[in-house]
Parts: sequence; C-alpha cells; structure tokens
Amino acid sequence: MAGQKGGAQRPSLTGTRIRQRRMALGLRQSALAGAIGISASYLNLIEHNKRRIGGKLLLDLARALKVTPARLTEGLDATLSDMVQAAARESGRGFGPPPELTRIDELAGRFPGWTGLIAEQQKRIAGLEAAVEGLQDRLGHDPVLAESMHEVLSTVAAIRSTSDILVREPDLDPNWRGRFHRNLHEEAERLSASATALLAHFEGQGARAEALSMAQEQAEALFERMGHHFPEIEDGGAAAIEPVLEAAPELREAAARRLARRDLDRYAGDAARLPLGDFLPAAAAADFDPQALLGMAGGDAALVLRRLAALPQGGEVAVPNFGLAICDASGALVFRRRIGAFSIPRYGAGCPLWPLYGALARPMVPDRKLLDLPDGRRFIAWAVSQPAGGGGFGGAPVLEAVMLLRALPEQEDAQGEAVPVGPGCALCPREDCPARREEGRFG
Amino acid sequence: MGRRVLLVEDEVNIFEAISFILSREGWDVSGHGNGATALAEVARAQPDVLVLDVMLPGRSGLDILRDLRAQPETAALPVLMLTAKGQSKDRDLALALGANAYLTKPFSNAEMVETLRAVAGGGQQATS
Repeated sequence: MAGQKGGAQRPSLTGTRIRQRRMALGLRQSALAGAIGISASYLNLIEHNKRRIGGKLLLDLARALKVTPARLTEGLDATLSDMVQAAARESGRGFGPPPELTRIDELAGRFPGWTGLIAEQQKRIAGLEAAVEGLQDRLGHDPVLAESMHEVLSTVAAIRSTSDILVREPDLDPNWRGRFHRNLHEEAERLSASATALLAHFEGQGARAEALSMAQEQAEALFERMGHHFPEIEDGGAAAIEPVLEAAPELREAAARRLARRDLDRYAGDAARLPLGDFLPAAAAADFDPQALLGMAGGDAALVLRRLAALPQGGEVAVPNFGLAICDASGALVFRRRIGAFSIPRYGAGCPLWPLYGALARPMVPDRKLLDLPDGRRFIAWAVSQPAGGGGFGGAPVLEAVMLLRALPEQEDAQGEAVPVGPGCALCPREDCPARREEGRFG
Repeated sequence: MGRRVLLVEDEVNIFEAISFILSREGWDVSGHGNGATALAEVARAQPDVLVLDVMLPGRSGLDILRDLRAQPETAALPVLMLTAKGQSKDRDLALALGANAYLTKPFSNAEMVETLRAVAGGGQQATS
C-alpha cells in the first residue's frame, strides 16, 4: 500500500477514514452498507476501527466512496504520532481537560492537516526550548554578558525610578527637578554605551566564536535529550549516525550537525571497542568503578570514562548519574555532560583546581580525587589526559583531558582528603582560594 | 523622625531616586555604596530596615546578608534585597540566606515603597 512505504504505520485508521468520507458525501450508514452488501451494524464496527478489512470489501467500499483504496488505508506515520504524543505530554500540565491520548489516531484520521501542524509545532517548541536553555546557560556562565546585562538593568532601574518621580511629582522643587533631569541624561548616555557594548559582544570580533557556541549548544541539546545514550548506534554502529542526525530537531545549523557528527563518531568508535553487552554487566559488577574496568579497555582510561558516561539510565541495571567534561590542551571545554549541583560551564573556564586541568600536566597518568563543592556536596572525579590525534614520529601529539564525575551520597564517606573546588571563579564564593584569578559575582 | 532605612547601593542615581521617594514617604534614609564596609555601616547606623543590592564593589550583598544573619544583633534585621532581572540564582540564594524579600531591577517606585513597608511591618515576604 502506498501509505506504508514511509515506515511504521497504523492500519487502525481505515475505519475512521471510511466514516469521514461517507459523511463528507452525505451518505447514511445504512445506504453505504446496502450498496456493498453488508449490514449497517457491521459497517458501524468497521467505521469504529473494531474490524479490520481488506480485499474485496475494501475495494467495494473505496468504489462506493469514490476514492482509491490507498486513500482509506493510509496510516499515521509513527514519527508523527510520537510528536503529537510528546506535544500532549508537554502541554498536558496546563488548564482544561487532559489531551485524549487514546484518540490520536482518530484525530489524525479526521484532521491530518491539524495533526501535522501540532507535530510541526512540537518540533519547533523543542528546538526553541533548547535555544532558550542555551541562552540562559550563557547568561549564567558568561561573565562578560552577565556584567553587561547588570549594567543595562541598573541603568534602566535608575531611569525608571527617576522618570517616575519627574512625571508624578508636579510640585517638585526646581533644584531637585534639575538634578533628576541631569541624572536622567547621564543614565541615558550610559544606557547607550552599555547597549552598544552588549551588541559588540555578540556581533564584534567574537561573532564566529558565538556562532560556534550556538552550534555546541545545539549538539549538546541532542545529547541531553538522549540522556547521552544512543541505542541505535550501540546496535547499528557508525551506520546509524546519519539517521540520528536526520531525526534531531535540535540541529538547526550545518555547524551543529558537524559537531554532533564528530561527537557521535567518537561515540560509535567507543561503542565498538567496548560493546554495551559486555561493558554494562562488567561495570555493574565493579560498582561502576573505572579502576576495575581498565583491563577490559586495554588500559585506555579515557575510553572507560567516556563509556561510563554513556550508559543507559532507567533500564534494568541501575546506573549512577555521571557527569563528564572533556577539554583540549588549552583548557577549552569541548564536551560536557552536566550533573546536578556540579556546574560545568560551557563558556569561559571551569575551576583551575579540577583534576581535569591537572591531568593535562601529567599525560597518561589517571587521577582520582574527592571534590568538595562550596555548598558541601561531594563528588568523586576520575581524570586522565591522552593524545587524541596528531603525534607520530617527530609530530606534536594533540592532548585531550577527560573527567568523569559521580556524586557521593551524603551518608557515604570516601577515603582520602577532599579538594575544595568550585564552579569556576566567576560563580565561586571561595574568596580566599589561592587559585582565584578573577573577582566572583558573589564575592 | 521616621523609621530608619539604610540603602546599600553603589549606583548613585538609583540611590538618589529611591532616597527621594522614601523620604517623601516619611522614611529617614541614609546610604552607603561600598560592600566591603557595609557591615560596619549597619552597626553604626542601626537601621530599622536594610535595602541591600546584590552586586556591590568590595563585597557581594549575598555575603553581607550571610554575615548579618550569623550575628545575633542583626539576625532579625529586616532585609530587602535588590537583584537583577534574569538572575534567578541571586534571588533564590538571597531567600535561602534569609532575605525577607527581594525586588528585581528594574522595579517601580510604587513596588519599592510597598515592599519596604511590608518588610518593615513584620518581615512578610514580598516579591516582584
């Protein structure tokens, strides 16, 4: 059937389409039933999708309804159905009755255009939410942007309060009036300068880096939606990468697809070297301790750390929540998996005391540290730096550092002295930290 | 003389506007623009209520608030924090540290007057 070429289909819509077409033609149920030689009650069952039909009966019905048989049997694309279901789940928290999830097929049968629109809007909403989250993240972690925004808001606050006084106080003393006018002029000039600086931040010499950041945000949004685990690639290897990229609404730009492809290439390579079927049971047996898994990875510590961060959550095996940060030799973060209270900035630098950066100074030496966050929470960190390419005889190796994070339960006491670390100087309240390189927003 | 409010805010023009409005409302307003010496100013001025900006030169308003709540003589001092719109972390942290209320910049003069009145009148949390 023509409608079944595009993938998984749902034949249960046929009855709904028959009913829709019959009503569009103004035919009574009994009249149509009589025309094709079946009882009205049987047609009623067909129309309510309680009887499957095919063969001669389908051809007779199509002929009586003046449509091709395929028109009656085209099903609802499974992807479309999933998108509509996702839309229902996302918006079901609002007012009014909950969406009728069990009647999605009927909705699609009766209003295919509206159903497509709902699915399209769901796709757009998912993309926009990823963009908003990325921008919020940028505001929180980009010190230049945070400073600029604070400047703008302070200026607007002064203008609002001052102009409010000038408008609402008709009997204002002339001295005060002159003073507030001067203040207003000052603040207007300042706002102009702040707004120009803010625009320069986006459009100036850093524009290319900004574009790259947006691409990183989109690639990261895909990984976050998937929980950093891609069953298709685990099963199908590198051949499954393109379909994953094709189906990702987050990847709106070519640069984002390139970044995602780079990260998924590595994912597929890792999965091939440590297949999930072998690695997951071994990891569970070792309580997910990277040290115990080095042997099966041929001593490749970075591979073990990346694979632990790619294990599936919510399956039969209880997998702890891991965070992951990967940086290049300059310290620039190129990949991250966020974890709860441990803030890993996408922009700017992390905390200089993270083992991630320490590992760069001692390539090929795996490190394990207990980390103390300013709010008292503790994490175990495993880190290592290894060549990620380049090198060869006489060549310079391209180093890359990987750090895996695991939250330490409050009641659990880990051995070893904890290292006091933070989320990076801009957001860190540790005023007396010897590694502090800039004044924090909180300190 | 009205009740004393100390306004710790380094933006001079914001201070002048708020000071003018609160004075009209009968408050006895004093100001201070440096975070590093704000605690000493609180001890000296003995205000009935404190309006405290988050971002200050010298020291963060959040750190000042943390110290105020740790000292017995200022643990119950009503504090209204001024945070910037979009900085929800500041707002959440201020409330967690014991601020009685917060206002996000840019706020209206009417919001300032009403919120300060509510805070001084019994520490009822008022937010915008």
